[in-house]
Formats: sequence, structure tokens, C-alpha cells
Amino acid sequence: MTADPQAATKTGYDAETVASLTADATAIMARYPDPRSGLLPMLHLVQSVDGYVSRDGILFCAETLGITAAEVSAVATFYTQYKRHPNGKYTVGVCTNTLCAVMGGDAIFDELSDHLGVGHDETTDDGAITLERIECNAACDYAPVVMVNWEFFDNQTPETATALADQLRLGDDVVPTRGAASVCSFKQMSRILAGFPDGRADEGVGAGEPTLAGLAIARERGWTAPDAPAADGAADGTAADGAAAGQTSPPVGTPGSSAERKPATSSDTEVGKDKKPGEDAK
Amino acid sequence: MNLTPVLTDTWDKDRSWRLATYERNGGYAGLKKALTMEPGALVQAVKDSGLRGRGGAGFPTGMKWGFLPPPDGGPRYLVVNADESEPGTCKDIPLMLASPQHLIEGVAITSYAIGCDHAFIYVRGEVLHVYRRLLNAVEEAYKAGYLGKNIQGSGFDLDVTVHAGAGAYICGEETALLDSLEGLRGQPRLKPPFPAVAGLYARPTVVNNVESIASVPGIVARGADWFSSMGTEKSQGHGLFSLSGHVTRPGQYEAPLGITLRELLDLSGGIRAGHELKFWTPGGSSTPIFTQAHLDTPLDYESVGAAGSMLGTRALQIFDETVCVVRAVSRWTDFYAHESCGKCTPCREGTYWLKQVLRRIEAGEGQDGDLELLVDLCDNILGKAFCALGDGAVSPVTSSIEHFRAEYQAHIDGHGCPFDPSASALFPYTPKTRTPGALTGAGAGGHR
Repeated sequence: MTADPQAATKTGYDAETVASLTADATAIMARYPDPRSGLLPMLHLVQSVDGYVSRDGILFCAETLGITAAEVSAVATFYTQYKRHPNGKYTVGVCTNTLCAVMGGDAIFDELSDHLGVGHDETTDDGAITLERIECNAACDYAPVVMVNWEFFDNQTPETATALADQLRLGDDVVPTRGAASVCSFKQMSRILAGFPDGRADEGVGAGEPTLAGLAIARERGWTAPDAPAADGAADGTAADGAAAGQTSPPVGTPGSSAERKPATSSDTEVGKDKKPGEDAK
Repeated sequence: MNLTPVLTDTWDKDRSWRLATYERNGGYAGLKKALTMEPGALVQAVKDSGLRGRGGAGFPTGMKWGFLPPPDGGPRYLVVNADESEPGTCKDIPLMLASPQHLIEGVAITSYAIGCDHAFIYVRGEVLHVYRRLLNAVEEAYKAGYLGKNIQGSGFDLDVTVHAGAGAYICGEETALLDSLEGLRGQPRLKPPFPAVAGLYARPTVVNNVESIASVPGIVARGADWFSSMGTEKSQGHGLFSLSGHVTRPGQYEAPLGITLRELLDLSGGIRAGHELKFWTPGGSSTPIFTQAHLDTPLDYESVGAAGSMLGTRALQIFDETVCVVRAVSRWTDFYAHESCGKCTPCREGTYWLKQVLRRIEAGEGQDGDLELLVDLCDNILGKAFCALGDGAVSPVTSSIEHFRAEYQAHIDGHGCPFDPSASALFPYTPKTRTPGALTGAGAGGHR
């Protein structure tokens, strides 16, 4: 099904672009048992070339996978990270989900929106910044959170956020709180999300202070997880080594507890059927 | 109750994300031991440990593995759900940033146990550096012979693909995740068949949360007894408790299941100075809210369930008395309306109307009967959609009306919100007023 780069294409890409996109798309499809699984990374890939999911990008994906442009569009319009019009060099996303919003995210968004003169999903005239209200980004212990090209800027205020936006518009490097040593462009980011790393994984910190909050207390008070039963003197971080020879334990818990009960009825074997309301949403 | 660092134990080490750091601290002992065991014995060990899914549903992990049909010669898959997006949930992302090898080792052991030779990690696309770290961790593990062909001379082969999503909360639902991984719109599938029978590419598939899989190496290396020595009788082991919001020291606290919010607040310095607890979520926004009355509820699956909520993802979002519950719930409802995939009418239309009614109450335009309308809408969503997104959407609405009905009524009777939004922020500011009737945080466009 893979298109020959020399074959006629309905896209407006020049031969060089088609050749390079095709090489990358081939590498993407090789990661999966079914090439169609490569569509999401492939859409990130076309964003790395065009800065959004262009008409050409949709046609390229369709031709490469042997599906229709409508089928590609159906996927591209479902996910918020795929942009339907040219994105700024930086996506500045302010978390305005409940927790960040009440902790100051609403104020940050209002201030940035005023400062930049754009609203949600709008781009500044200079093409530098696309402003977005974003949903929870799994950094609630660092609220309020701002993401720039999906790198973490933790514990923001209206002042730090507008200063950040000003730096971005001036073309200065900005440094995330937890991330690479500087924020890359939207197109560079999209290439990484397509599964082509940029060699910067070792930059930045492993954890910020809140991530280590519980561990710091445990260290201070000398608290550790229990020792493994079979280990002699195994303690702290070395317990895993010491316990490596330990035996698999006999069953524990009371008879009839959920951990012990053998599947008996059809509802036991139909995984998820017994989930309570809301449990499955994540 | 003491904290029990297991998954977090290496996070303060220099370059904690590197394989060498992980190995120096006992990493991969679990895999080495696992490769000497029969796969069936590994499944039994995880069953014996009592480990239950850490992604919210709490289904026994070993039992889920045991549901796979007998091998038929065709492929079987492990898919790790790393699409952490439930509001308030912030445990898997820091885990993968600080110690991705914990997850990779768990993937290798689990794949061996279930007979899988190609595993996938589906990580949300909105965490660029986490994706970099995962790709790098997989590369390091290949080079060290923990992934790839003939792992550690055992004859076991495993490939791991790290796949970035593209921004859709629904892809955290396991069947929507599978559709998304197949290159489709992320929409839940009708079950049965369940993924164990027909999952990725219609083949037998195990879908597990990051923290569940990362807990496996410790269980194998230290024994099921060790794991079940922590926690309560039916909720065993350690878990990450994520405190956020109006607490003095928000963050990750790894403790045995069954710890209480009161104990966690003691450790985290309490509610921010000069304020008191008003409401909180035990496990993300999809779990019915709790109040001060639940400070001593043991945070395990059974106790939280008995108290009317769900342990969920142990995402403890703490709100003090400055927070308007209508504003909080209205914003969560915006989220569910935005993230509803549109497949099922009750969820798609219902969340839309919940959003409209909540916004008008918050803006002071609520009408008598609106609370009954909300409850009626919730009744028409709950249990009437393919997946649990709709069920999650009604949880904050119904639980907040139950606990704070007078506050809703005050918005209707007083034709406005009695709270100052700036009081709940961490910094002083003057709320902007622009378009009449615009809600706080509406931006320059003043959208409703």
C-alpha cells in the first residue's frame, strides 16, 4: 500500500519533500504490525513540515496508507493537537481546568489574552504565539501550569506568563521548569512526537520539588518500604537485589476476597463489566 | 502511617532517568528473576500480591492477565495506558519523567508473563519531555539487552513501541485507546468482546496503567508477601497519592493504600495558612467529591466506595473555603463536554446541556428548577453510554448538589456568584470585567 515516492501524487509537495516525507512515513509504519497505526505519528510528521495539518498533508497520509482523504480528515479533526490552520511558532497553553483555574489559571489566561490581543486558539500577527486554553496536563501539584510547545512551565503567575510570552515574541530561548534546556519550535516538537527524537532526553531535571515532597519526608524520618521477607538485611534501595532469591509467596487474604476469587460467572470473565460509574474514564 | 517509597525511591538520585542509575539501585533484578520462572507462576505471583489496577478502575491486575485465552500461535499484546489526563491526576507523568526504566522493566516482565512479543506504550502527546525520556529509556534498554532478541540469554524476544497520542482524554478509556492506536478516532468500543479476547488488531490484549505495570518488578523481586504486607486486607500494596490545590506542600506521597487525607495533610503541611478544607476529590474529577466529613476515610478501594465515592487515581484535589463549588463543577463540566467523543447521544448531548445550565447558574442567570433539571440530566446520562466518561461527568454535579445545594441556590436566588475568584488564587489580582455576563477566565473574546 505504500506509495512509491516517484508515483504521481495529488499533493502540492515538491519531489524532495515527498521523498523525505515518504522515507519518514516508511520508518513510522515499520514500528507497527499494521501500517494504519502510523496515522497519528504521520499527522504529527506533516505538522513538522507544514506547521499544521494541511490539505497536502492529509492527501499525503491518504496516499501513503491507501485510504481516503475523508478517512484521514476524520482522524485529524478528532484530536486537539492537530491544528486546522497554521500554528504559531509556539503554542502557549494555559491550563484552565478547575484546579489550575481557581489557583490562578483564569487570571493568567485573561492577562495573556489581553497582553497578546488574541483569544483561545488564535495566533498573534507576528506568527509567534498561538494561545490556547488547555485541559489538565498532569502537573496539578505545580499549579497554575502553562505549557509552551508542551514543555512544563510550573507555578506561573500573570507576570511570569506575560514575561515568558514577551521573550518568545523576541525570539529568545526560554527554559522550561521541567523539560529540555530550551523550548524548541512547534515544527521541531511535531517531529519528535512523530517518533524521531532530537537527542535531548538527558537535558533538564528528573523531578521538581513537589514530585519529591513525599520522598523528602521519608528520607528525613528514615521511612522506607518494608524489607522483603526472604532477604537478609536488605534495606532501602538495595532491597530488590537482596530479595532476588526470595520465593513466590503462598496466597494471602481472606477467602472470597476479590484478589482470591476464581472467575466463576460470565461477569467475572467479561473484563470491565463490573466497573463502577466513572472508573473507566481514565 | 509511614510513607513507603518504592516507585519514588530513586527519584532523588542524580540523573534518575538513566538506566545505570536504575541498575545501581536494584533495577532489573525483577526481570532477571522473572526470566527464570514459568510465565504462569508470574501471573500467579501478581494475583497473590493483590495488586489492583492503579489507573482508576481497581480491577485485579493478575486476574486481568489470567483472562487471556490460551495461546493459539498468533500475537498477543500488552498496551500500557500512559494517557494520564483525568483532571487532578499527576502521578504517571512524573514517574515516567523521573524513572522511566521502572515502567520498561515492568513491561518486559508482564510481556514475558502473558506471552507477548510486541508491547506498546501509549503516552499522551502533550508531555514532550516525557516522550523524549521514554524513547531514550527504550533505546537504553535495547542496548543493555533488556529488550530485543533473546533477552538476557533467555530466548525471549520483545519489541516495545512508544506511541504519542494527540490530545484526547477519551483515549484513556482502554478500548478508545486501542482504536486510537490502530490509527482511528479514539472512540470506545462496545464490550464484549473485551480486550483480553479481542483487543489490539482484534487479538488478545492486556491494557494496564503505568503505575500498575511499574509495580510489577517490585512484586517479582521482593515477593507477593512483601507487597501485600502493605495496605489493607483487600486493598494491598503501595500507591502514589497526588496532593494538589490548597495544601501547603502539594506533591507525590507514596504510601500504603488505606492512609487517610488527615494523615496526608499532616505530612503536607495542612491546608494553606489561614484557610480550611471545603471539598476534595479522592481520585480525580470523575469521583464524587468529599468534604471535611471524610477526612478519616481510609483511602482504599472499599472504604472510599462505601463512603459514596471511588478511590480512582488517588488524585487528591484540595479546595479551601474560598472556592465556589459551582465554578469548580461548571469548569469540570466544560471539560467533559469538550472531551466527550460524540459516539453516544446521552453523553454528547447531556454534557452539552449540563454545561449550558451550569454556566447560567454561575453567571447569575439560573432559574428556579435548574437544580432539578441538572439532576434529571445526570439521570439521563449515568449508565446510558458505552464508556464511563458520561458517568464520570455526572459525578461532580450530583455529589456537589448533594453536599452544597444551598450554595447553588444562593447563585440562583442572588442572581450571581457570591465568591471573589481572586481569593482562591495563589497571587493577588483584580479580576477583569469585560463583556457583560462573561465568566471569569473567558479571555479577550469573552466567550461563554
